[in-house]
Amino acid sequence: MSIEALKETIGKVLKDVDVVIAYKEGFDALHSTPHFITSPEQIDKMIWNPLCVHNLTTYLPSMKNKKVGVVVKGCDSRTIIQFIQEGLIERGKVVVIGIPCKGVISVAKVLKAIDHKPIENISFSDNGDITITSEGEKKVLSLNDVSPDKCTTCQYPTPLIYDHLIGEEIKTEKPAESVYGDIREFEKLSLEERLKYWQGEFDRCIRCYACRNACPMCVCQDSCIAETRDPHWISQRLNLTEKFMFHMIHALHLAGRCVECGECERVCPMGIPVNKLKRKINLDMKELFDYEPGVKLDEKPPMFVFNVEEAKIKEHKI
Amino acid sequence: MAPAGFLSKKRMEDFLKEIGKDALVHVPVLEGNVVVFRPYGQNQTINLERPANAPPKAVIFPQSDTFFTFRFIKDPQDPKKVSVEINPPSDFPEAIIFGCRPCDAKGFKIYDKVYIEANGPDPYYMGRREKTTIITLACPAPSAGCFCTALGGGPAEKDGSDILMTDVGEGFYLEPVTEKGDKLLKAQGVAQLIEDGAKYGQEATKRQKDTHDSVKKPFESINYRDLSRDLFDDDRFWEEMVSKCISCGACTYLCPTCYCFNITDEKTLEQGERLRSWDSCMFKHFTLEASGHNPRPTKFKRYKNRIGHKFLWYPEKYEEIIACCGCGRCIRYCPVSVDISEIVSNLRKTE
Repeated sequence: MSIEALKETIGKVLKDVDVVIAYKEGFDALHSTPHFITSPEQIDKMIWNPLCVHNLTTYLPSMKNKKVGVVVKGCDSRTIIQFIQEGLIERGKVVVIGIPCKGVISVAKVLKAIDHKPIENISFSDNGDITITSEGEKKVLSLNDVSPDKCTTCQYPTPLIYDHLIGEEIKTEKPAESVYGDIREFEKLSLEERLKYWQGEFDRCIRCYACRNACPMCVCQDSCIAETRDPHWISQRLNLTEKFMFHMIHALHLAGRCVECGECERVCPMGIPVNKLKRKINLDMKELFDYEPGVKLDEKPPMFVFNVEEAKIKEHKI
Repeated sequence: MAPAGFLSKKRMEDFLKEIGKDALVHVPVLEGNVVVFRPYGQNQTINLERPANAPPKAVIFPQSDTFFTFRFIKDPQDPKKVSVEINPPSDFPEAIIFGCRPCDAKGFKIYDKVYIEANGPDPYYMGRREKTTIITLACPAPSAGCFCTALGGGPAEKDGSDILMTDVGEGFYLEPVTEKGDKLLKAQGVAQLIEDGAKYGQEATKRQKDTHDSVKKPFESINYRDLSRDLFDDDRFWEEMVSKCISCGACTYLCPTCYCFNITDEKTLEQGERLRSWDSCMFKHFTLEASGHNPRPTKFKRYKNRIGHKFLWYPEKYEEIIACCGCGRCIRYCPVSVDISEIVSNLRKTE
């Protein structure tokens, strides 16, 4: 895919929308940042490479009063479909610029691989090699080794919905069974072991709600039970019980809705693997309802429909 | 004040055990891929290589702090009569922060103005502050987003610390900064572990300078008068700068100089507690009034307030001191890489 083709498309789309959301360079060589383009001269600053990690669709439900163009990767595109299934955006007010994607980096994994040293430069080659200059020395990493987990089992490298597709379609070579491999492994642990694991992880939570605010499907936002005093489900006390309560509710509210973009986990400043919970519930939803969020436009999320009888839920049969 | 000492890395654990005899020692520990402050204990990997993901501010300013607990007691003779029993917290523990960073230590100086000096002491803050000794490590290297030198600080800044340690290879060069720090180093058990530091002084100074020179400087220096009020009050400026902000509280909760709080009564039918807990000006609820009116309904107004507080109003009130220490955490851990140093640079008057 050529960046020039992308810029040209954005230039055309911009004539018809209020803003196009893309990416530009961030505060250092390892970070990109969302780029809100409202005039043609801003287009040149945009970039496209494996640093473009954010799911930019997360801004869409809060921008309903505008017509918005948005750059999406395959994984991000599922959010658009889920938004439409749930009636959270108007299709006509969003122009989707899709890019087939070979994977992005995980900033956390790259930093780990280079021992958290400051990065001066980073470059990417077509074969998936990443060359990093740090403290004057060059180090070559493979994209596969420093991708977020979602990329290593990616089923949808090409966006599932788009108005413009930039570049050639990519087909996945990764087996579908691999998607929940880590969850199935984790399930083998005893209940006590899993409880201990989550207590250790959630103990670090500082209740900043970055996971919630970065989540495109967390649409309650400012009416979230985490902060309301009425109803008063969660107190301000900083203890494990309250943290657990928030994360469980967060996860359950995403049952059969989470598009597994992994933003919650990526943004957590305390490195808590919060997406694991949502993916576990998604696996259950898949087995119960044969439903995968954000994949087919004409589907309805299982929690949005009521059937007197469900094929796989025995309790409902009278 | 005693001359500088030297603590061999081989004796670090002995040192921590010794100082832990009379105080709760908080150390930076590696958990998974992140560094967090934890009470010193067994089976920990202490990490002094990089700053902790969250500063140790909670040691002195806990994320949730019980002002008092209360209980409603019915009179058995006349159940309509209810009295309230109030129990204040017990005494605050002696504490030591080991491996604090200079920026984080400077943060406490920012809090001191508000919680001790300006309005009469806040007993909860001062209680912990007085009982806490801060042993700071001069930063061995800057991290992504660090910009302390632009704000008058530095990777070996002493202000705010009781002892400054500098890694000189096989050990740490220890400089007592305050009486409190001096006393700790002279205590019998500790003094035995400390060698004469004179021969390491030169190496420490060199390393401190090397790190100082490698910190990114988005601007040379800053005074609150340098900021353009016209730009500050221009809504378009904030829209351009922070359209990408997702209004979470990561920047404020990770900030060593953010000190805003909420007070709530958390109770069941018969008992409860009055809590002070951290609050974040990035949240919509922060300024939501009982009437339903919200003076800062948008993220633009909220972010503007965050900058205004740190770079305009705090310095106006407190001796021109900027309430940002340049630790870079809000940049490093921002989900969308909002860069406070870039925004402040852009706010500076151009002429």
